[in-house]
Amino acid sequence: MPSLKDYRDRIQSVKSTRKITSAMKMVAASKLKKAQEAAEASEPYARAMRAMMARVAAGVAINDSGPRLLVGTGRDHAHLLVVVTASRGLCGGFNSNLVRLARKEISRLQGEGKSVRLVCIGRKGRDALRRDFEELIVKSFVGLGGREGISFRKVDEITRFILARFEEGQFDICSLIHNQFKNVLVQIPSTQQLIPLPVPTESGEPDAVADRGQYSAAEQRYGFEPEESILLAQLLPKNLGAQLYQALLDSAAGEQAARMTAMDNATSAAGDMIDDLTLQYNRERQSVITKELIEVVSGAEAT
Amino acid sequence: MVEAADTFEFELVEPEQVLIDGPMWQAVLPGFEGDFGVRVNHCALVSALRPGIVSIWRTEGEAPHQYFVSGGFADVTADNCTVLAEEAVDLRDLSRPHLQQDLQDLNEELSLANDPDHAALIERAIAIVEAKLAVVGDGK
Repeated sequence: MPSLKDYRDRIQSVKSTRKITSAMKMVAASKLKKAQEAAEASEPYARAMRAMMARVAAGVAINDSGPRLLVGTGRDHAHLLVVVTASRGLCGGFNSNLVRLARKEISRLQGEGKSVRLVCIGRKGRDALRRDFEELIVKSFVGLGGREGISFRKVDEITRFILARFEEGQFDICSLIHNQFKNVLVQIPSTQQLIPLPVPTESGEPDAVADRGQYSAAEQRYGFEPEESILLAQLLPKNLGAQLYQALLDSAAGEQAARMTAMDNATSAAGDMIDDLTLQYNRERQSVITKELIEVVSGAEAT
Repeated sequence: MVEAADTFEFELVEPEQVLIDGPMWQAVLPGFEGDFGVRVNHCALVSALRPGIVSIWRTEGEAPHQYFVSGGFADVTADNCTVLAEEAVDLRDLSRPHLQQDLQDLNEELSLANDPDHAALIERAIAIVEAKLAVVGDGK
């Protein structure tokens, strides 16, 4: 049976935990706002890039001799998985859900007899995957989103790393495993193929559909400088960078949203716990008083 | 005579933000095969850009606004021109002494780099600083 002092200590400690979680919630909320703004600000570039890709790709006959980033190497044996997690914890299931998906994906591919390599972005994913797949990790990028957020320059470094390994022929297919930011409450762990890039068709792209109508009405024909196939080969790596950058910003916003939700839950759980403990404390206090009274009364009767 | 549509929509977009978005009278872009000018009703064109200067005029006769771009792509249609650049800086924000300092720092860093990926990254940064130095040298 815990003593009254134990209850008091317990309540005090839960109260200070609640202070911490509610402060973390506030911080996450303000970081979320920043991260969302960054993600929105990067939208025009990515959108324009997609539209341009669709336009150029529409002008090029895609065949086996096309750029390898688009048509692939013709094999699907070696896979590179880029796993994007947060570098910090305390954000609910954000990291663990993603790592679970990554593990599933790894064992699925290995079960099919493919070879799998990993690139980890974010400390948490690296730490979790290192336990079982140490030998698969080619490189880890950690400490990406510092105080000033995720800069395109840093993401560019990762893009170049991936492209260089592709040029060396170290993998055939590259997929991204990341958390998609659906809304503040929902982040969906998902995979997205980066190399070879699914050909952006104008029909698949709402923007481009609108564009196409406009252009065919104006009967415009695009000129390309340099010629389409060279231009496409130049666009592809840039597009990969833009996609990766957007995915990382998305994931960063998701991380803050997940942390905010997790801390909100923790704060209210701590509140419930304090209520329960206070009730128990009062009961215990009353029973102590009752016991003392009985002792006094029965002592008086005995004499 | 000022026609209703003697401007086109111009956008200068970096991965992290939109730098300029508004109507322009004329733009001169550092195209892959040479500089080219854009005005309203330009033929539709997608072009790669060299590192160089993007000049834009809001109205005819005024002094152009100039930006340095580290290369990129331009998407031109009759009434629209979108420039995608990985890095774009207002030319007025570039100064020769700063750039020379940057160049010196990068060269030092390059001599210390032992990882080929990292070295390639620095070499690229050096190429960009050198391109900036070249345009600053032209202007002043």
